[in-house]
Amino acid sequence: MASANGRFPSPFEVPTPEGCEGWKELYPYYYVFSDDRREFEDNRFWFQDGMHHPEPLYPFDTITSESWWVALGQYNTRVFVVPPALGIDQRVLNGYLYITALPVANPNDIPARVGEFMERAGYYYQNWDRLYAQWVKKAEETIADLKAIKVPDLPEREDLETVVRQGRGITSAYDLLTAYNRAIENMHKIWHLHFEFLNLGYAAYLTFYGFCKQTFPDIPDQTVAKLVSGIDVILFRPDEELKRLAKAAVDLKVAGVFKKTIHPDKVIAEMGKSDAGKKWLAELEKSKDPWFYFSTGTGFYHLHRSWIDDMTVPCLAIRGYIEKIEKGETIARPMAEIRKERDRLAAEYTALLPTDEAKKAFQEQLGLARTVFPYVENHNFYVEHWHHTVFWNKMREFGRLLVKHGFFKEVDDMFYLHRFEVQQAIYDLIGAWGSGGEARGPKYWPPIVAKRKVLFEKLKKWAPPPALGEPPEVVTEPFTIMLWGITTDSIQTWLKPKEAGAKELKGFAGSPGVVEGPARVITSVEELVNVQPGEILVCPITTPSWAPIFNRIKATVTDIGGMMSHAAIVCREYGLPAVVGTGYGTKTFKNGQMLRVDGSTGVVTALN
Amino acid sequence: MTHEPYVLWLQDCNKNCLSQVGGKCASLGEMIQAGIHVPPGFAVTTAAYRDFLEKAGIAQEIQKTLAGIGPDDVEATEKASQTIRQRMGSSPIPAQIEEAIAGAYEKLCADCGAPDLPVAVRSSATAEDLPGASFAGQQETTLWVRSSVSVMIRTAICWSSLFTPRAISYRLAMGFPHDKVLISVGVQKMANARTAGVMFTLNPSNGDRSSIAIDASWGLGESVVSGMVTPDNFLVNKITLDIVRRTASPKLIEYIPDPDGARAEIVDVPPERQSVLCMSDQELVALAQLGKKLEQHYGAPQDVEWAIDRDLPFPQNVVALQCRPETVWSRKTPVVKPASSPLDYVVANLLSGVRTGAAKPKDE
Repeated sequence: MASANGRFPSPFEVPTPEGCEGWKELYPYYYVFSDDRREFEDNRFWFQDGMHHPEPLYPFDTITSESWWVALGQYNTRVFVVPPALGIDQRVLNGYLYITALPVANPNDIPARVGEFMERAGYYYQNWDRLYAQWVKKAEETIADLKAIKVPDLPEREDLETVVRQGRGITSAYDLLTAYNRAIENMHKIWHLHFEFLNLGYAAYLTFYGFCKQTFPDIPDQTVAKLVSGIDVILFRPDEELKRLAKAAVDLKVAGVFKKTIHPDKVIAEMGKSDAGKKWLAELEKSKDPWFYFSTGTGFYHLHRSWIDDMTVPCLAIRGYIEKIEKGETIARPMAEIRKERDRLAAEYTALLPTDEAKKAFQEQLGLARTVFPYVENHNFYVEHWHHTVFWNKMREFGRLLVKHGFFKEVDDMFYLHRFEVQQAIYDLIGAWGSGGEARGPKYWPPIVAKRKVLFEKLKKWAPPPALGEPPEVVTEPFTIMLWGITTDSIQTWLKPKEAGAKELKGFAGSPGVVEGPARVITSVEELVNVQPGEILVCPITTPSWAPIFNRIKATVTDIGGMMSHAAIVCREYGLPAVVGTGYGTKTFKNGQMLRVDGSTGVVTALN
Repeated sequence: MTHEPYVLWLQDCNKNCLSQVGGKCASLGEMIQAGIHVPPGFAVTTAAYRDFLEKAGIAQEIQKTLAGIGPDDVEATEKASQTIRQRMGSSPIPAQIEEAIAGAYEKLCADCGAPDLPVAVRSSATAEDLPGASFAGQQETTLWVRSSVSVMIRTAICWSSLFTPRAISYRLAMGFPHDKVLISVGVQKMANARTAGVMFTLNPSNGDRSSIAIDASWGLGESVVSGMVTPDNFLVNKITLDIVRRTASPKLIEYIPDPDGARAEIVDVPPERQSVLCMSDQELVALAQLGKKLEQHYGAPQDVEWAIDRDLPFPQNVVALQCRPETVWSRKTPVVKPASSPLDYVVANLLSGVRTGAAKPKDE
């Protein structure tokens, strides 16, 4: 039946932006729309995954989307047998990632799947704490394995001692090839671990959320989050470390350094001049590993550098905390009070339920939500922040080697190659190196990279439609709602024609409060340092590591956002009004434009 | 003297003295003992009423007058009512009872620091607030009563309200014996309301028990209760006491006490005050706390009449006037499907909105 409310363009009707011809060569054959699968592809509803992949996919960076494609699918379809849902399929169009949730085709299969799910997922829920403790170990080992991978140089002569006298039998050419393969496999592994718990965790949390909303229609999202959220959440830890360092600077009487500069190199140089400053630097070192492996983006792109790579954001935040300490404000999270408040909320809401059955249901669902929530809150740090920071930097080691051998001009050029192409380049290199012949790479890749860079700039400027194909009349697919926050309403909003210079945008009420202020539109992480105190941050998506920035801004407006993004939780933690999922915020508002953000109703109004 | 007390201070009343002070006064006493602010006052007990009937020799006369009247005999009921009420009105109140009432009133005046303190005199029947038995028509209330003589007169009128034609025929219809129904009278300081209204300790639009809904308007609460103004409306989170919603309405009129008369008068609200919220956030939170205490005390959502008294300091000025159980949503209990394990809820949630079995295999 045709939808009465219109449809989005077919993936086959969307024109290639001017000058972007040949973009498909950037991606593997299975990753683009094609006539081979046209019937399937044209009959699905696809939406742009602006939550995780708002920018065009660099060919190499598809490793993150491709990894979660496999891992999410495996766990839903083949491991836990989620009753109504299979995995999430992916395609790239003009550089942007589109995804579609695959349902169980025959509803008659669902009852049997429920039985399987109960056995398989049930085992995980019942043994959650033990399996989660095991997970933390596995995740840390995976990160340690990745760190331990050595990217060997190719020596003129193989080592006499090990290769000859000890008869090692393999050489650095083999080491280089396997180091690369192991690093790639390691990425796939961490994403398998990511989905070992994620969907089960969200499913349990959202079950409780749904129960709360049904029983207490007025309950604020923030309160539901408070009821389940942990007290010592790892995701808050990096920020806690910054508070600790701010306090250390005040205690050691070296806080003045931050008044002179927040440039990380200068801060370090200044601190190095005094004994007290050196003590502070020692404290900094203690915080860095692992807490500065904290991406200023989502971690999905190689461009998303972490605090460990560039300490500008932490230095900015430390200065902010120093100012607060000097004003006599308390910056520490009042743990005992938070814990007491959480218990009080739970007790009072339970007491309001009129029957024993309702009380039992509330308590049981709250219990399960609390069991799963540490994973929901913490996995992000392990995977997207800590692991991916190590991963992108490990890849740069390969990039440096290829630059040394003339394949690329710059290290980051390697990210314009797909990982399969990088593997080819490495093979080209070791083949030529071993044989003593000439690699083709130094002639072959630089012009391709140069061409792709131009192409990429054009793809970045293109505005991808929020969705493709015919939308379902009602969104019921649980993971679309759970992980992406996409509802029947948000699709209707996307379908409404966008007025030029619209004065008002509607999104989700992310965090309550009303404020007015000038807009600061941020579309890439590097622009973050431009944020001025009192501005309203307008961005594609907020990420938890921007938390320190929230000391400076008045409100947040995002293009994409569901209630369950970690960013939203952290945003509420900071008591900042937020409207999320406006769809077009970054394309509608301009820097400096005065905005009114109503985080209670989800409306952003341009005042000029 | 060994007779039962003729007056009881409200703070000494509770559920156990229902037969002495009636439902209304017992309820007020309960509120005070639960730490809830209400206007101070006392109850003239049923003992005073009973001794009045006996000492004036009216009790037997009443029985005789009412004997043989059927519930549908309107004319006879009218006539009997008139006879009894006339007889009650012309009989002097025994001195002991008079002294007790006058003494209590004077102490109340002294406690509140005002001679001729305006009080409300209300009937407080022993059966009217019981579930399922409403003695419609026998509720007598007089506001702004200002002297011990007037208190006495209004007390007698409350007593005789037990014999309005309507009350008589109601008892006949329900089969309650006339001599078993006694009446008490509550005497309570008038709240000199700057702002007043109604509060539900749940959200009446969706039944959410974690919310408190408040209607408020300038002056006495009559304007809100009678629906003569569109009140300001507030929604407060019961658990966190966050004010979720404030809606200002144009409040065109208000009831204010007519200083000389025995009733409140309606006046126009000056334009500059009409659309201004009639209570502060601080007062809202205090009121919500009052509602919370009431609900905790009675163990069920409440429907509360309240006021902010000009004469009293914050927070004692936020007073509850009356409360009764909320009946619309409280009767509904949420449908909770029984589950053998938390996993059942998760499965149900995953499947919500998804067709399972017996449906077309393709999307619509």
